[in-house]
Amino acid sequence: MSTDQGRYQPFSYYQLMETSLRELLVEKGIVTNEQVNAEVAAMRNRQPERGAKVVAKAWVDPEYKKRLLANGTAACEELGLEIPGLRLVAVENTPQVHNAIVCTLCSCYPRVLLGIPPDWYKSRNYRSRMVREPRVVLKEFGLDLPTSVTVRVHDSTADMRYIVLPMRPKGTEGWDEARLAGIVTRDCMIGVAVPQVG
Amino acid sequence: MNPQFATDYPAVTPKFEVGARVKVRKTAPLGHIRTPFYIRGHVGEIERLCGSFPNPEELAQMRDGLPAQPLYRVRFKQKDVWPDYKGPDSDVVEIEIFQHWLEKA
Repeated sequence: MSTDQGRYQPFSYYQLMETSLRELLVEKGIVTNEQVNAEVAAMRNRQPERGAKVVAKAWVDPEYKKRLLANGTAACEELGLEIPGLRLVAVENTPQVHNAIVCTLCSCYPRVLLGIPPDWYKSRNYRSRMVREPRVVLKEFGLDLPTSVTVRVHDSTADMRYIVLPMRPKGTEGWDEARLAGIVTRDCMIGVAVPQVG
Repeated sequence: MNPQFATDYPAVTPKFEVGARVKVRKTAPLGHIRTPFYIRGHVGEIERLCGSFPNPEELAQMRDGLPAQPLYRVRFKQKDVWPDYKGPDSDVVEIEIFQHWLEKA
């Protein structure tokens, strides 16, 4: 579907393949259009706020944080989040270590928790450079880390999916979970940003 | 070693412990492979056993991928992976690699 309003564009190769495959699956009675639309709608309804909730709880509850780091999937399920098939690994930022996530092979991302990843995450530029020169890439996102901080890049190559647990910033003392969740953006959970106060 | 995620599948026995030094096999088989080219031949250490999962190389050929292969997260020093890496020696890259791609280093 062209995003260029009001101008006809012929389908790209992959758009044509997707349409053809979907129509064939429906024609053969393997799926219905309603099922496909329902899955698309379900994915669109998943937003980064779900992950922010997990991070905020880990910030206020040290025991929950331990459980999150031991098993990210169980920790999300504890909060009643629907995450079918997700095997989530949470990695914690500390003053000594900054974590960042990439999938060099394709674009693996905890979609059933956070929703659809940003276009840049799926780009060859990000996918190739994030393992090769992570500090340069992070600087392009505005994150200039000193050499005293270790950069730990996670290449999501197989069955695990990742979320970065950022550090709770100063200036948030006494905030409730909802307010804390409000400063945890999608980019903080990918690891190309850190939460900002104000 | 305790896997982080349990498996329901019949699985190969895990053979590496956390901290073990392992080398990624330098080979280039045909088909769908989840071990990136850039890490083949490199030496790292086992960070954790994720669990055992059906072999994606087999799943891609419409086979069931069983017995499940142990999947590890392996930590590599960036300065070992990239000869011209510009960053502190402590920088690392951690990758999920299936047991059949790993040898004792």
